[in-house]
Amino acid sequence: MSAWGWRRWLLIGPPFLWLAVFFLLPLGVVAAISLTQAADAIPPYTPLLTHGPNGLELQASLANYREIANGDLRAYGNSLVFAGVATVLCLLVGYPIAFAIARAPKAWRNPLLFLVILPFWTSLLIRVYAWIAILQPTGLLNRALAALGLINSPILLIYNDFSVVLGLVYGYLPFMILPLYGSLSQLDENLVEAAADLGARPARVFFAVVLPLSVPGIIAGALLVFIPAIGEFVIPDLLGGPGTLMVGKVLWQQFFDNVDWPSAAAIAMVMVAMLTAPLLLAQRFVERPHSSRMGANET
Amino acid sequence: MALLEISGVSKNFGAVSAVDRVSLSVEQGELFALLGPSGCGKTTLLRLIAGFERPDRGRIAIDGGDVTDVPPYRRPVNMMFQSYALFPHLDVVGNVAFGLKQEGMARGRREARVAEMLALVQMSDYARRRPHELSGGQKQRVALARALAKMPKLLLLDEPLAALDRKLREETRLELIGIQERVGTSFVFVTHDQEEALGMASRIAVMDKGRVAQIGSAAEIYERPRSRFVADFVGAVNLFDGVLAAGFNAVALKVPGLEAPIALLAEAELPEGGEAALAVRPEKLRLSPGRPEGIAIAATVEGINYQGGVSVVHLVAASGHALKAQMASAAATSFERGMPVWASWDPADGVVLAR
Amino acid sequence: MSRRITAFRAAALTLGFGFLYLPIALLVAYSFNASRLVAVWGGWSLHWYGALAGDDKFKDAALNSLKIGVMAASLALVLGTCAGFVIERFTRFRGRLVFSFMLMAPLVVPEVILGLSLLLLFVASQAWLGWPPGRGIMTVTIAHATFGSCFVAVLVRAQLAGFDRILEEAALDLGARPLSVLWRVTLPGIRPALVSGWLLAFTLSLDDLVVASFVSGPSATTLPMAVYSSVRIGVTPEINALATVFLGAVIVLVALAFSLIARQERRRLAAG
Repeated sequence: MSAWGWRRWLLIGPPFLWLAVFFLLPLGVVAAISLTQAADAIPPYTPLLTHGPNGLELQASLANYREIANGDLRAYGNSLVFAGVATVLCLLVGYPIAFAIARAPKAWRNPLLFLVILPFWTSLLIRVYAWIAILQPTGLLNRALAALGLINSPILLIYNDFSVVLGLVYGYLPFMILPLYGSLSQLDENLVEAAADLGARPARVFFAVVLPLSVPGIIAGALLVFIPAIGEFVIPDLLGGPGTLMVGKVLWQQFFDNVDWPSAAAIAMVMVAMLTAPLLLAQRFVERPHSSRMGANET
Repeated sequence: MALLEISGVSKNFGAVSAVDRVSLSVEQGELFALLGPSGCGKTTLLRLIAGFERPDRGRIAIDGGDVTDVPPYRRPVNMMFQSYALFPHLDVVGNVAFGLKQEGMARGRREARVAEMLALVQMSDYARRRPHELSGGQKQRVALARALAKMPKLLLLDEPLAALDRKLREETRLELIGIQERVGTSFVFVTHDQEEALGMASRIAVMDKGRVAQIGSAAEIYERPRSRFVADFVGAVNLFDGVLAAGFNAVALKVPGLEAPIALLAEAELPEGGEAALAVRPEKLRLSPGRPEGIAIAATVEGINYQGGVSVVHLVAASGHALKAQMASAAATSFERGMPVWASWDPADGVVLAR
Repeated sequence: MSRRITAFRAAALTLGFGFLYLPIALLVAYSFNASRLVAVWGGWSLHWYGALAGDDKFKDAALNSLKIGVMAASLALVLGTCAGFVIERFTRFRGRLVFSFMLMAPLVVPEVILGLSLLLLFVASQAWLGWPPGRGIMTVTIAHATFGSCFVAVLVRAQLAGFDRILEEAALDLGARPLSVLWRVTLPGIRPALVSGWLLAFTLSLDDLVVASFVSGPSATTLPMAVYSSVRIGVTPEINALATVFLGAVIVLVALAFSLIARQERRRLAAG
């Protein structure tokens, strides 16, 4: 709007500066500190710049990265695999739900959507904690299976791959359903009817018309699940065991248990590298080209 | 000095030229119409006057002051939007008072002005209603009151009647004229409806593809269109395209398919051999069973379109031209489908249009 | 393909919502369990609510969380509304690409990265600039306002896209300056997004464990931090009671907000 002129900077300025200082700049600080070494000091790392005989000297080292490369890489693999599997499962579970909501009678849709969002407003920590009571050896699921005579002794349902993936699917399902619903609800009913009218059977209508047209929702949902799931901490911490480490938990342990801040920073940088491609993809989705409004005024 | 002076204004959107070198002026107290088909640039021109768009070239002056670079909130013009654009979170009074509050007018004066405006548009009984509680006609009145409340030097109206149903439109047309006479403000309105423009405006600018095709009073535009486009767009018309040729003692138009050239009353100098068109309004076309004196074209009745008081007889000339003749319905009963007739007109009623 | 509930769709909805809500329902049910043991029903009791009420650790933490939540959500509302308006309306300005990246990334970047990076910033900035003086309520508030504002921006942007810009032009035409138009016409028009944006930022702040654990200090334990430290020790029914209270409060708050929004939406539709 031309009327804004210089005043636009009154609006751009505050959030831009805030995010630059409290989101972008910190990432730079992480990068810098990942090049230092842990030290028994306050703060607990060696300075990056020191005063030497030749003035300021840069004391950067890639030791933390070498340590990661030479160390146990299972946590990184686990993170990718768990996040990937959880994304696919979220899609498989979420699609029918999103579809059913999008095709429900109009009056039902908002309440149903509200039910999808509601868990999102409540504590993930508490919801994940609830699963412990269900999955633990003396928990409800084992008791139920035993009562049904399906098992004789408790089976291991928790602190393994299964429970971590289950937790991820549970925690991130709403993030998949919402964008899926978004694209499915915009789907033109006439297209579906036209396809059916042309003789396509329901399954064919689905694969030929509905599914291709909901691809944007699928990609958005997959990104919203995959990216944060890679670095998830609460779920692997509460539901995982020693063999199901994920990178978010490794970072946490380095920071809180070993007080090795530079090493934690290096892990964070590796995570950022892992996430670069999906983040750039997500950026393209957010920054969809604006349709020009030219000529829209003419009546 | 004219109240509104637009000189050489152009506006492009990308490669599209929406307004192209338009110059016109509107005098104090006028009810001025911008008439044209959709996409002709009339709404863009209105938005340029309001200040929502900046012209790429040219100047706009209001009451002697150049406003080309003045933002909309400092221009002495107000606009009534096609969709009315009433603020949904404010009631009728809040809407009408909005502009006065921006001016910083004292509360007492403001309330008096709002009451006066609501009385003007007969909406005093609905002062506390929200826009969603009003009918289309009521919204239109509130929008008018809101736009007039600041006593602008110039009021812009974007398709003021388009959102109303037909019957209400006719009443509102007269009301708008009445209000305009009472407040004395100049109105510039945009419309695609030629009936609306002819019935309301003191002067009309017909626009085509971003340019002004003709400016004049309703009668001038209708009786003496200056281009084929104006003749065709404003009202129904029978058009004969041809080539100018030397006639017996005047210029004549040779129309392919017609046996004799049509003699013209040449007012202006017309170049021999040039392309031209002759326009004859349907109500000027006379039909007779026998061949009359002067210009006459043999035709066959195709059908009769009854429109109440008048009827339109559709004809096909032997030359292939489709013609329309409008007459009182009583007169039209003497014709029937397939009947051969002669169509003729008074040479003074034919308008020559250079191509 | 019509708009109705077929057997398949009913099954999808039942199983889906069962999966989402069964754990929560069990949690609520067992908060009324007299037995100390999870999964053993010992009859109805409000015992754990009593224990919770007497537990100062949780009370203090809840107070901290509320303070942080209100401040962070309010800050996020201001920043996020500006940001949402900017990204929707100013389609071309220097730095737009960076801006939109900074708005999107915090939505998905893992919390451990957000938390660690902010902590390292605070520590470095304290060493160089002497600010912030320490870590506590203020640093957590800043952190929560940062990602909260990105969520607010998403909601504001979405509603602005459906907002009739003619209303803004009408206000300009009536003499309102751009900032006045924003304040008196645009913001009232997108009130639902502002309400739900504030609530979302508030509950996100209330819910956050990871970021707060990094950037908080010893003086400012938040509710999730307190819950986490007792959950790590083991499952206790007191946490069930706490969770139930928390859920109840959030549901009432959110349901209230949504019914408000729905009412306004109905009015808007009636107006259109």
